[in-house]
Amino acid sequence: MSSPSPVPTTTRSEPRTFIIWRGDKDSGTYTPYTAEITAGMVVLDAIHQIQAVHAPDLAVRWNCKAGKCGSCAAEINGKPRLMCMTRMESLPPGPIHVAPMKAFPNIKDLVTDVKWNYAVNKRIKPFKPKQVEADGSLRMQQHDIDRVQEFRKCIECFLCQDTCHVLREHDKHAEFAGPRFFVRMASLEMHPQDAEDRREFLKKEAAIGYCNITKCCTEVCPEHIHITDNAIIPLKERVVDQYYDPLAAAIRFVFGSKK
Amino acid sequence: MSYAPGTVLPGPHAKGLGATARSDAWWAAPLGFFLLLAGFVVYSTWAAFQGAHYWVPGTNYISPFYSPELWGTSPHAWFGAAPPFWPLAILQYSPALLILGIPAGFRLTCYYYRKVYYRAFWADPTACAVGEPRNDYWGENFLPLILWNAHRFVLYLAIIFTCILGYDALKSFIFTTKDGGHAIGIGIGTVILTLNTVLLMGYTLGCHSFRHLVGGRCDSFGAKGSTTHSLWSGVTWLNERHPFFAMISLCWVAASDVYVRVLSISGWHDHLILFRF
Repeated sequence: MSSPSPVPTTTRSEPRTFIIWRGDKDSGTYTPYTAEITAGMVVLDAIHQIQAVHAPDLAVRWNCKAGKCGSCAAEINGKPRLMCMTRMESLPPGPIHVAPMKAFPNIKDLVTDVKWNYAVNKRIKPFKPKQVEADGSLRMQQHDIDRVQEFRKCIECFLCQDTCHVLREHDKHAEFAGPRFFVRMASLEMHPQDAEDRREFLKKEAAIGYCNITKCCTEVCPEHIHITDNAIIPLKERVVDQYYDPLAAAIRFVFGSKK
Repeated sequence: MSYAPGTVLPGPHAKGLGATARSDAWWAAPLGFFLLLAGFVVYSTWAAFQGAHYWVPGTNYISPFYSPELWGTSPHAWFGAAPPFWPLAILQYSPALLILGIPAGFRLTCYYYRKVYYRAFWADPTACAVGEPRNDYWGENFLPLILWNAHRFVLYLAIIFTCILGYDALKSFIFTTKDGGHAIGIGIGTVILTLNTVLLMGYTLGCHSFRHLVGGRCDSFGAKGSTTHSLWSGVTWLNERHPFFAMISLCWVAASDVYVRVLSISGWHDHLILFRF
């Protein structure tokens, strides 16, 4: 049996340069700062150090520092990531670029206004339970729940919304719900005890047709939810059932709709 | 990779082709896929127009680009030499031209390939968090991309085609001897065509639409151990490997055509007879 790794008794630090966006939605600039980095630090630690030592007015939103609240979403070296889950040793040498999420209006520095997401969320039809059984219970199979359980891991960091080019590049906020809310609708729509039908909403109001499956949402998800493969594409297929498949329409005509 | 001295980083609101603060090689994967897919399109188009050297005399090898051969001059043809409706005056007939639209349509509307070519060919986007060349965007809501919703119908035809290629693979174990008799044997071509079918099966049956049709469309899979859940789980296993099967089967189908073509032109003997019947 090998001996345990020795615990370091001294902590060596090295300076790293951070280039941080300072400004708001109207104007701003990238400002360089230096932070002393020690082993085990994450980007949010460095941002806090810069706040404490160099820039007490630097605005940054954070809460749990454990990758579960989703508050510290930002763009590190151009990639949408959680600052608290990005370890310094995972970044390449050289200056580290930190910017706010691009798909939402900048309030100040690294803080963005994400309230649009909550407005979209309110428009989604909530869970509507099916008829209870004679003994008053709603029974479900474990494997049915396993499928939708993945979607419940979402921490609403909105990194998927930020990286989605429909929102980020084409500003379709007025027409398109975005991957986060396709995940939510998948969790409801595939629920074995849900009686609601959201396919019309998905097609006409959430505009799922705007998604062209480039899978960036899946790439950035800190909870590793297979957003495209397990949520968006199955929902697109359900929309196809309803609107683009004459065979499915004929089957519905003969046997009736399940929902 | 780090930023070079003096690099001007785009602000949070910068847009346009290539606008990004990413410092990694984000362009490498789309460039690689562009070269791979463009190379495949050029080769397969050339091969489809040849109309010759797509089968090997003395064997049952036939190029997957040419199977099923509905009309043609080889012994594999189903209905005769050339289709009566073909405009021979303006376009030379090649059996591949009649059928290649099906596998091409299947891959064109495939959810995985959409990701690849929207990135590599259309820069929509080239890579995640990288600026795009166009401001306008319609997604898959309007013609022609709304037609991609018909993916499941191309899937039905692709399944039939894959079964036919499986039949070809089985036939590739049968050879014609010098005296005109038949024999069971195995050749490099047999292995190549069999593996081609296996890879195409892996790709076709891992399709997202197939996953939906076998069970994904249901809110409940039924009781534990139900056929629906078993089927869905099996297709999900393949679906998780869809990118692998998509690319390896694409390369292998081209390699199969190359092998059959080389064998047909050279007349090489690649097989071992096991027993005659």
